[in-house]
Amino acid sequence: MPDNGVNDFVLKIGTVNGTGSASANGLLLKALFRMGIPVTGKNLFPSNIQGLPTWYGIRVSAKGYMARRKRVDVMVALNAQTYQKDMDNVSPGGFLVYDSTWPRERQLNRTDITILGVPLAKLCNENFSDARVRILMKNIAYVGVLAALLNIDTEILQALIEETFASKPKLVESNLKAISLGFNYAKENFSCPLPVHAETMGDNSKHIMIDGNSAAGLGCVYAGATVGAWYPITPSTGLMDAFKAYCKMFRIDEETGQKNYVIVQAEDELAAAGIVLGANWVGARAFTPTSGPGISLMSEFIGFAYYTEIPSVFFDVQRVGPSTGMPTRTQQCDIMLCAYASHGDTQHPMLLPANPYECFEMAVSAFDLAERLQTPVFVLSDLDIGMNDWMIPELKWEDSYRPDRGKVLNSADVDKLEKFYRYLDVDGDGIAARTLPGENAKGAYFVRGSGHNKHGMYTESSEEYKDLVDRLLVKWKTARTLVPKPVLMRAEKETGIGIVAYGSSDGAVLEALDELRDQGIHADYMRVRAFPFNGEVTRFVEQHETIFVVEQNRDAQLRSLLILETNTDARKLIPVLHYSGMPIPTSCVVEGICEHLCAKDVA
Amino acid sequence: MSFIKKPRIDLPGQLTNEIGLLKRDYEGVLSTLCAGCGHDSITAAIVQAFWELSMPPEKVIKLSGIGCSSKTPAYFLSGAHGFNSVHGRMPSVAVGAHAGNRNLVCVGVSGDGDSLSIGFGQFGHAVRRNLNMLYIIENNGVYGLTKGQFSAAADKGSKSKKGDINQWKNIDAVSTAISMGSSFVARSFSGDREQLVMLIKAGIMHPGCAIVDVVSPCVTFNNHAGSTKSYTYTRDHYHPASQTDFIPPASEIKVSYAEGTSIVVDLHDGSKLLLKKADSGYDATDRSRVMHYLEQQRARGEVVTGLLYINAELPEMHNIYRTSATPMKDLEFVKLNPGSEALAKLQAGMR
Repeated sequence: MPDNGVNDFVLKIGTVNGTGSASANGLLLKALFRMGIPVTGKNLFPSNIQGLPTWYGIRVSAKGYMARRKRVDVMVALNAQTYQKDMDNVSPGGFLVYDSTWPRERQLNRTDITILGVPLAKLCNENFSDARVRILMKNIAYVGVLAALLNIDTEILQALIEETFASKPKLVESNLKAISLGFNYAKENFSCPLPVHAETMGDNSKHIMIDGNSAAGLGCVYAGATVGAWYPITPSTGLMDAFKAYCKMFRIDEETGQKNYVIVQAEDELAAAGIVLGANWVGARAFTPTSGPGISLMSEFIGFAYYTEIPSVFFDVQRVGPSTGMPTRTQQCDIMLCAYASHGDTQHPMLLPANPYECFEMAVSAFDLAERLQTPVFVLSDLDIGMNDWMIPELKWEDSYRPDRGKVLNSADVDKLEKFYRYLDVDGDGIAARTLPGENAKGAYFVRGSGHNKHGMYTESSEEYKDLVDRLLVKWKTARTLVPKPVLMRAEKETGIGIVAYGSSDGAVLEALDELRDQGIHADYMRVRAFPFNGEVTRFVEQHETIFVVEQNRDAQLRSLLILETNTDARKLIPVLHYSGMPIPTSCVVEGICEHLCAKDVA
Repeated sequence: MSFIKKPRIDLPGQLTNEIGLLKRDYEGVLSTLCAGCGHDSITAAIVQAFWELSMPPEKVIKLSGIGCSSKTPAYFLSGAHGFNSVHGRMPSVAVGAHAGNRNLVCVGVSGDGDSLSIGFGQFGHAVRRNLNMLYIIENNGVYGLTKGQFSAAADKGSKSKKGDINQWKNIDAVSTAISMGSSFVARSFSGDREQLVMLIKAGIMHPGCAIVDVVSPCVTFNNHAGSTKSYTYTRDHYHPASQTDFIPPASEIKVSYAEGTSIVVDLHDGSKLLLKKADSGYDATDRSRVMHYLEQQRARGEVVTGLLYINAELPEMHNIYRTSATPMKDLEFVKLNPGSEALAKLQAGMR
């Protein structure tokens, strides 16, 4: 961290849920982004519609670190209920902004931080007449205060407000007024800017701000998905919202007004899974977004799809379990559930995006893989990726892309065959060709979850049963060659230490690698991007003496999967775990690794 | 004799339908159900109905849940794709299949356990969406494959084979479907082939979710004295409320009935349903009177059959969604993918 705190600080804002602070926080984030500074925003919100405390954390990092930091340099405390706690959380030397309309002398008991009182309510009450407007503008006024304190470009703020309310000029006026109320008060009363502040930096024009759910929903549109089925569940809801919004944008026939998509809000997750299977069976690309509890409910159909070999795509935006758990908090707790979901011998490919960029990419590859392998494919995102705004390189699209529909025989292909057998592996890759309903009676077959043989007929024969499930293992081997490879980062120096992580733990590991290196600890890093593990994963595990497996769950699920699937010595896989429901901070990785290495030294 | 392969025997003089197919072309593999099972009669009625309609088998999909009834799609239309899904979830697979390809003719076969217990929710939502399908409930009041437990359709006071008396009120598929706003509800009996074939044809052509609840006695577990789903009991209490004739498009109604004794319902494809009232005053298009009538007959212990309620004007799922006339699975990729230029434009708003 630079000593002066320029373009390297954490800003946290504590407000009350439902008071409109989200748009103010978004405004701050976007303004910093447009100043060309790497920035991330993380929303910490309750499972509530209105009234409970909510926080928004913005990390500004010239070096581009995206992980959560536990440090708080500037806190804006606007919620009386959490005021004390919010003040306690400010790091020594930091700053606290509070609404001084009401006296709080007795609570202002910290001498190691700078306390800045701004009469936000008073300013807004004096300048706006409508009660609701006063509440909303209080949020915009603190944006103005922060603009002065943190040197945020006011011209950018103005442009953003004008863009946001382009169709409502009156709102532009009141928002700009609120900005200047806060801005001027801070300029007149404090020494601006603070030592921690922003300065216009590089060029973010090749980057965008987007949340993972929107990116995944957009990916489904680009993949050519036409049927989406779902049952509302936090934190996956935004994915279907996005799919719907982008379909409205791109998929409505201009002449007829007819829709080139079908979105079914199902009666429950069981039905959502059934709808996805039905649509894929007839040849339409279909998916469902859900979260852990939904996967539990869908599991019967997931096993059915595995055994009957129906392509299907399941997005699991993970949240804290078990049971209802903490639905607005993040975790990586479903990796084991999804890997082997359903009864009997079942195993499923999983894609593990680490950010919204990969949510978009992997949404597309999930459909290709599902149709190539004729099996359910999971995309495991989480609340942190799905619902927070991330700065990512702009998304790219290759117009020459065509979907991989896998082995599908059309009517003419079927006519050429003497006889069509649904589950006959002709190519030796464990994948048999399928036909689509509605095309050719000769290609008709019967999907059944009960025992069936390679000809697609009912069977209770031991040999025929084994023949079929053994072929599914051949297919699993094929899957290994098709799923995305891990991302490998070699340390500057040769080392026996490896770190393995996946998904949203990536940011914390990347930053930790630098911090550890500065402490003289060198580690190679492998970010796993898919299951089944391919050769690269196995080799990495084999090649390192000590491997730290960083993940966000209590039971070290990725570690268990590695032990199960690579036959490695379990003792060399050291779990580094974070499961509080908050995104994993860098310190967790650094401390976890240091503690283990120190203990080893002492021993 | 279910271990033998069903022989294909060509007999001289067999009739072909309009598309040149024999009835045999609408059959499937040999049934493995018990000899005398009502379900096999329903299978035969389905074969007959599709043959009479001259429906190309490949245009049809046949789906089911789990149970004896749900095995039957293997026994008809071997030229149609089939989907024997999981217990109680056939309707959701049908929703997906129809969402993906709206041109398919969809037949769902379910049972009373499958639709009125484990799948009660999905049954209700197929009705609610008015999913364009024929939804047959082969209703025998028992779980056969698990050896004779009462189902939710078993009447209160009905006796099981082991001698237990059912203490629970039954869930009636017909009145439930009507009260949920169904567009087509019929009841029939596996022993009345003529009525059943007509109702199946009407249900196939009805542009919405056609519920056909068929009393289908289980010869092994529910065909004894004291059962209210036996052949004997059903015959004794059989009560047709209306008689239905299916009139294909461009055909004339040849039979004439005295005014007030029949109703003509127009279906969207130009075909017609002619409902002849057996009971004077019964009007299958008047929901509140239908419910009243059914309640009266229920109190008398009558098994009311026929096309009991119809509203061919209710929009089906795709009409409500305003889905493209081209099935989803046939839409060209270029129509579905917005392309790189659109992506760049979209992202300009994300900075």
